[in-house]
Amino acid sequence: MHRYANPARFLKIANAILPYSLWATVLLTAVGLYMALFNSPPDYQQGETVRIMYVHVPAAWMGLFCYIGLAVASFVALVWKHPLADIAAKASAPVGAVFTVICLVTGALWGKPMWGAWWVWDARLTSMLVLLFLYLGHMALVNAFDDPGRGAKAGAVLALVGAVNVPIIKFSVDWWNTLHQPAAVFRMDGPTIDTPILIPLLVMALAFKFYYLTVLLWAMRGEIAAAKLRSARLAEVHAGAT
Amino acid sequence: MGLLLDLIRRELRLALRQGSDSLMVVTFFVLTVILFPFGVGPEPGVLERISAGVLWVMALLASMLSLDRLFQTDYEDGSLDLLVASPVPLFLLVLGKVTAHWLTTGLPLIVAAPLLAVLLQMSPDGFLILIAAMALGTPVLSLIGSVGAALVLGARRGGVLLSLLVLPLYVPVLIFGVSAVDAAVQGFETGAQIKILGAFLLAAGALCPLATAAALRQATE
Repeated sequence: MHRYANPARFLKIANAILPYSLWATVLLTAVGLYMALFNSPPDYQQGETVRIMYVHVPAAWMGLFCYIGLAVASFVALVWKHPLADIAAKASAPVGAVFTVICLVTGALWGKPMWGAWWVWDARLTSMLVLLFLYLGHMALVNAFDDPGRGAKAGAVLALVGAVNVPIIKFSVDWWNTLHQPAAVFRMDGPTIDTPILIPLLVMALAFKFYYLTVLLWAMRGEIAAAKLRSARLAEVHAGAT
Repeated sequence: MGLLLDLIRRELRLALRQGSDSLMVVTFFVLTVILFPFGVGPEPGVLERISAGVLWVMALLASMLSLDRLFQTDYEDGSLDLLVASPVPLFLLVLGKVTAHWLTTGLPLIVAAPLLAVLLQMSPDGFLILIAAMALGTPVLSLIGSVGAALVLGARRGGVLLSLLVLPLYVPVLIFGVSAVDAAVQGFETGAQIKILGAFLLAAGALCPLATAAALRQATE
């Protein structure tokens, strides 16, 4: 694994992947949005508002997925002291936080016509809100130290502690019988969604996954460039001093 | 084991001689709870309905208020480096520090809680469960808090940051603590909630000292 700890080698791979993942994001989003908005049937009960789901559900998945990515990267960073894992963790948190916000906002927009309220204190909504605060706490902690390495390590411990929330969110709708509907796609006895609705949903989910990959690689590239700049400046200062 | 007791004794002696910590936490708890009758009005019905929630939220905040003292002074005067360098496993030392923290802040809260419950017109059926739930819940608060307190050592604006890190993780304790007391007041079974709080205590007791030890090692590197 440490073969890929070399930033130069990583940059080569990242630069090779980036154009593909960028185009995959653009194309899948365009196709997914077209299918979701024009080429899928309205729900017989919810009518046209069901189309909010095509953004809401993938965003919720990504909110959790990014946290799992963050936790795995933190674990790798703590156990193997892999330098790129710290950068990946730092880059994952803001993306996950934004997806969580999108999930909460679209959920509110959907909840108003369906449940008659922007917000209810339901188990899944509350646990998603806690997830958002975990992301914000992680971002604040990582940036709170003068030494960036110390911030990254503290953030890694926090990310692993916060990982207990992930199964709670996933199973909150099964454990507590609340207003939010139970899982309909990832369940033991197969999805309970009709195929014409399921396909655009999965396309959108894939588009969001590629978006995450693209932004992650971009952010990691930026972090590596920033680190290079820092060391170049330090070298300059040292050269000037002697 | 003897070292652990020595550590707890040292912490307690420090807390007693400096004196103000426990008193400050209880005073904060009492004062903020007393604000509620002014805020929502003195009707007994309203106060009784919110009493369990108010007591738990304020106990949570009071417990959090004292967290920065847990490692900060040791970090500043260097004794934390000695503790980390000692041959005793670090998570045992953390357990000792957390125990001392709970004895000086959690225990006084439990003592004060029934008195405040009377002021908030809580039905007497809830008192015993309130004490039991807090006896199980406040150590969990100290344990989770120790992780946050260790993580923010040396950070800028550590106090504000600490609340952002710790409060989201306090939510489960709050939910089941309030639910136990509410159930007791309304005459329902409370076994399930108490058992879940006990499970939280066991899980936090096993996992949090490890996370805190990892965070302390980084802070003293």
